Amino acid sequence: MTTITDPHRAEGFRVSQLINDTRYRSYTFQFIALVCLFLAFGWLINNAINNPVLQEVGIDFGYLQAPAGYDINQQPIPYTSQDTHLRASIIGAINTLIVAFLSIVTATIFGVIAGVLRLSNNWIISKLMAVYVEIFRNIPVLIWIIIIFTVAANTFPPISEFRLPRDGSDPDRTLLLGMFAATNQGVFIPRLTFGGMGWIIAATFIASVAGVFGWRAYARKELYEKGRELPVLLPALGILFLPVIVVNLVLGGPMGLENPEMGRFRFEGGFLLRPSLIALWFALSIYTGAFIAENVRAGILAISKGQTEAAAALGLRPGRIMSLVVLPQALRVIIPPLISQYLNITKNTSLAIAVGYMDLTGTLGGITLNQTGRALECIMLLMLFYLTFSLAISAIMNVYNRSVMLKER
Amino acid sequence: MSDAHAHSVAFVRKSEIPPAPPPAAETGAWKWMRENLFSGPFNTIMTVVGVLIVFWLLSGLIPWIVNGTWEGADIRECREITAGTTGGCFAVIAERWPQLLYGFQYPDYLRWRPSLAFALLFVAVPPALFIMFLPRWTLIATAVYPFIAYWLIWGGTILTPVVAALGVVFAYTVFHRVERYGFVPGLAAGFATAFLTWWVGGTIADEFRTFAALEAVESRAMGGFMLNMILGIICVSLSIPIGILLALGRQSRLPIVKGFCVVFIEFVRGVPLITLLFVANVVLAYFLPPESNLDLIVRVVIMITMFSSAYIAEVIRGGLAALPKGQYEAGDSLGLDYAQSMRLIILPQALKISIPGIVNVAVGLFKDTTLVSVISMFDLVGMIRGPILSSTDWVGVYWELWAFACVLFFVVCYGISQYSQWLERQLRTDHR
Repeated sequence: MTTITDPHRAEGFRVSQLINDTRYRSYTFQFIALVCLFLAFGWLINNAINNPVLQEVGIDFGYLQAPAGYDINQQPIPYTSQDTHLRASIIGAINTLIVAFLSIVTATIFGVIAGVLRLSNNWIISKLMAVYVEIFRNIPVLIWIIIIFTVAANTFPPISEFRLPRDGSDPDRTLLLGMFAATNQGVFIPRLTFGGMGWIIAATFIASVAGVFGWRAYARKELYEKGRELPVLLPALGILFLPVIVVNLVLGGPMGLENPEMGRFRFEGGFLLRPSLIALWFALSIYTGAFIAENVRAGILAISKGQTEAAAALGLRPGRIMSLVVLPQALRVIIPPLISQYLNITKNTSLAIAVGYMDLTGTLGGITLNQTGRALECIMLLMLFYLTFSLAISAIMNVYNRSVMLKER
Repeated sequence: MSDAHAHSVAFVRKSEIPPAPPPAAETGAWKWMRENLFSGPFNTIMTVVGVLIVFWLLSGLIPWIVNGTWEGADIRECREITAGTTGGCFAVIAERWPQLLYGFQYPDYLRWRPSLAFALLFVAVPPALFIMFLPRWTLIATAVYPFIAYWLIWGGTILTPVVAALGVVFAYTVFHRVERYGFVPGLAAGFATAFLTWWVGGTIADEFRTFAALEAVESRAMGGFMLNMILGIICVSLSIPIGILLALGRQSRLPIVKGFCVVFIEFVRGVPLITLLFVANVVLAYFLPPESNLDLIVRVVIMITMFSSAYIAEVIRGGLAALPKGQYEAGDSLGLDYAQSMRLIILPQALKISIPGIVNVAVGLFKDTTLVSVISMFDLVGMIRGPILSSTDWVGVYWELWAFACVLFFVVCYGISQYSQWLERQLRTDHR
């Protein structure tokens, strides 16, 4: 690509240089590319402007302020069908984030366990994990979502079996541990309740988390400066939970669990996980967990045995070898694909529409789109949401990658 | 001394004792079990748990398969046959397999055509997959296949695929001739030839619609697993070349080209496929001339190809970045221009590195073709959820149908990933 230029031959500019001279050729190409790009976009936009349907309705985001008129079955913030499409969309977005967050947590747990166990010396366990990974990786996630939804909605017992019969005999089924009930309407679980002083407990907890980080930093400083080794795990657990428990007792126990109770016809209290949420959550976790397992395995295998042996030769204990030598290096390999798996989970939550979970695709891209007919606007907003989220995560990931990158030359 | 000693003791062994067999605990199955299953208390617990899990899975699965029935015209007859056992009702697959494989609109007397196209796939694909063992001329089968398959599946006059093929052939010939004056003029001339051929040929093919014609089938009639295969194969084969171009564009030193590629790739990778399918379904029509009237299947192919080419571009970019800088400089120092050094030096190596990634994208894409069921196309998932499960004959037969779908997808995807691992071993040129 580099050119051989001869400074002594001063010649005038010839048109043929635009093609033959690499100094100018790039300008020619870029100009052509720009013209083609403009033509293509111009053609598309021109078509849109001349489209009879679009000419009639125009592009207008005013519909977002109109009442939505449909109900949403999972409402993290209060909502009635009289609220606007905008509020419905916001609820959808929150639901997307809820299921994405839940799935990310459980997928990581599944993935790390499966990835580590697949490297286990135990033949039967490693083979079981290999079967798990291969089966779940090679079958579409949509099929898993639908299968789990079918299980949750069809094989769990109906609520009526939990009902107290009139003659005072025992019901067919009772709550597991008095707390959990799996029914075909969903799974009922206890709800964490905060009384009037709940915010004090929340504040205490946040302060405790900060305290844990502080203790860790202090322990490390002591170790590096004075060579004194302080325990970390137990004090950290203490700092995390003791203040909350103490504050809760002092305030007279405003925090508690509210168990679901069988009323006359249905459960009252507690929290309902609908089959659609369960299907989406569980399917995404177990499917993505299989991919994460492979990333974890690759990350651990990428650390050469010499590293472990060198650390052992220096006299480190096995736990320290793992935390100081192997993990920091393995994480460098594991984290980038892990983040992209998290992004995949977030994008795959849009499959919610297949089981009727009201996420952003179900509200804005589903019912709102169908009711208002504003396809272009709805899909633009939908894409914008996912795009913003993905790009934000990518940006964070790039910062992280730069910070852990091997410093070479 | 040894002589004297020999006379003084009663017995001296003259031959070597044969080696004793190792202790029973150190050989064979026993040793293997001790090392792999019961090497410690924790490991023993894990083994017991593992055996329980396997037992639980098999005790559910085996009676379901063994006691299952393949006969019966509807769910009631089927349940009568399997009465009292936990057997599956596989009769639904026996009765509905044409719908599951071809969709419910493809004319049943024409099903031999997609079947033949599928069978020919096994002739057309091996030359490309096992290129190192087969002579190069067999690639002709691969090159001709798309046109034959199109003709078989969609029908219509044979002139359409012939014209399309001729366009490609002419374009390549012209490109080959003109290339010595430069890569770009060659490319331009090639494209011009192709479009000219298609235009002229298209006019002729329109005139002779009945010439050697198979009965035409509309795109709308495609369904079942056939639709997944069609979408998967078309989109993968289209998105690899586009992905290569995008990756090269992203590496390019021309800011406008680079900017366009970056924006395109990041945009497509940032949104879920479903939103792109929504675009195909409802929005794309706004941006095309009203008279164009593109098939839904074509619009879906466009969007899925866009989607997967962005992912393939990122994989190939990884391959390009992994090449040492010396390879690029070697190309320059040999006096090769950009097109030559890319084709002869950079891409062969970069593509080799990216094979596993490309296969991953291809498998992911094939799985993602099931998403078209969300925009009410009747692929395998759409067929099961829609016409079959909602029919009164087979209401409630979930497990058998979904197991069938799982098996189909698993066989294809697992096969592809095994092939890619094999290919990786074949292409490994370093000495380990």
